[in-house]
Amino acid sequence: MPFSINDSILFLLAGLVILYVLGQSVFFLVKAWKRAVELGISRQTLRGTLTGSALFSVAPAIAILLGLISLSRFLGIPLPWLRLSVLGALTYELPAAASVAKILAMPMDQPVNDPAVYIAIAWVMTLGILSGILIILFFQKRMQKRLARMKEKDARWSAILMDSLFVGMIATFLGMVFADVHTGLAGFIPVFVMLFSALMMGLCGLLIKKPGFKWLENYAMPISMLSAMAFAIPLTNWIGG
Amino acid sequence: MKPSLYEQKIHTWGRVSLVLAILMFMAYPFFASLYFKVQPDYALVLQGLLAVAPVYWAVGAIEAFTFGPMLGSGGAYLGFVTGNLTAMKVPAALRAMQIAGVEPNSEKGEVISTLAIAASSIVTTLILAAGMLLINTLRPILESPVLAPAFKNVLPALFGGLAVVFLSKNWRIALTPMILMLILFLIKPSLSSAISLLIPLSAAVTMVVARILYKKKLI
Repeated sequence: MPFSINDSILFLLAGLVILYVLGQSVFFLVKAWKRAVELGISRQTLRGTLTGSALFSVAPAIAILLGLISLSRFLGIPLPWLRLSVLGALTYELPAAASVAKILAMPMDQPVNDPAVYIAIAWVMTLGILSGILIILFFQKRMQKRLARMKEKDARWSAILMDSLFVGMIATFLGMVFADVHTGLAGFIPVFVMLFSALMMGLCGLLIKKPGFKWLENYAMPISMLSAMAFAIPLTNWIGG
Repeated sequence: MKPSLYEQKIHTWGRVSLVLAILMFMAYPFFASLYFKVQPDYALVLQGLLAVAPVYWAVGAIEAFTFGPMLGSGGAYLGFVTGNLTAMKVPAALRAMQIAGVEPNSEKGEVISTLAIAASSIVTTLILAAGMLLINTLRPILESPVLAPAFKNVLPALFGGLAVVFLSKNWRIALTPMILMLILFLIKPSLSSAISLLIPLSAAVTMVVARILYKKKLI
């Protein structure tokens, strides 16, 4: 069979896997929704959770789509489509493909035309990042039991501990935003974008609290994120990043 | 307290779906190999894995132990299959739990987190599928230099807003890790490529600070 990185069978294989993952998402959504209703969470809150999360995901998903476009030059469409729709992230998939390309001294702006190399890359991308899913498979139940025990013992400390995990993660990204400031004013662009996003979130917070625009809660994050991304365009043109 | 039926069943659903997902992921290179009647270059697979797996397996393990408890079981089982955790699924779940006013590590938190991750996964899958179909039309638009600064700044735009929500109510415990991370990135900017390794470090520092403040009754 002559090899093509965009062979229809590859689209079919990728499509089937993605369909499975989509089905899994729908299954968990339905189960969680039913349980949430049993727990007395209002349908309005649940609908808000779904719309808010969906809207919030649009901008990052488009950024992922950009990754798909850049990887497609090297690997065609089906493999990047699959890898970026499930399990991985561009930060993993790109270096995984690049590692094989580097070994073979292949340029990443040319399509792979050797099926043995293509399949080797697919295996590296698949096996390279399986550890997280395996740990969740074997240890999630145990972790959850421990957390439940801790909560029974000291509910307040359990809540603080969870907050600490979130805060630790956010603090790391806030630090990362300053990583390029040594390069001059252009290095401050991410800092200004972050501050603009924070300002927009603050404004949304005020509108939610003072005039009582409660409906804004679910849109505050997408609004602050998208407006900060839009702000980055004139800012970069002005500063010259 | 005895776990509810949902809490018990979620592990069965989660584990079965994870095993199936792993098999499905492997099916792609396996069947591609059969279809093209070509064995992969095993030496190349090994060399490639040696180049990326030591770091990625460590990062994956750290992410599982850090994000697993944050997302709750349903969220973790789904989130780790659908990927894009740090820049999408985890923030989506945190935001949703905060707005719904439910605590993480509670059953209500668990279901809200699962709903947020499911919605986020479905949207991502649909956008990628649409993007894949319209790739030739979208390529010049999305890759245009005009929009480039916006996509380059997705993470600062995301975490600026999140910071206001989470750090304002936890500023006492946030101060030390924020200063620590700021210093680390100012001294060694190249650490950006090791962000996943720094998250657990920052989380551990935050937990120690929180414990001290809690014991001193300052929080």
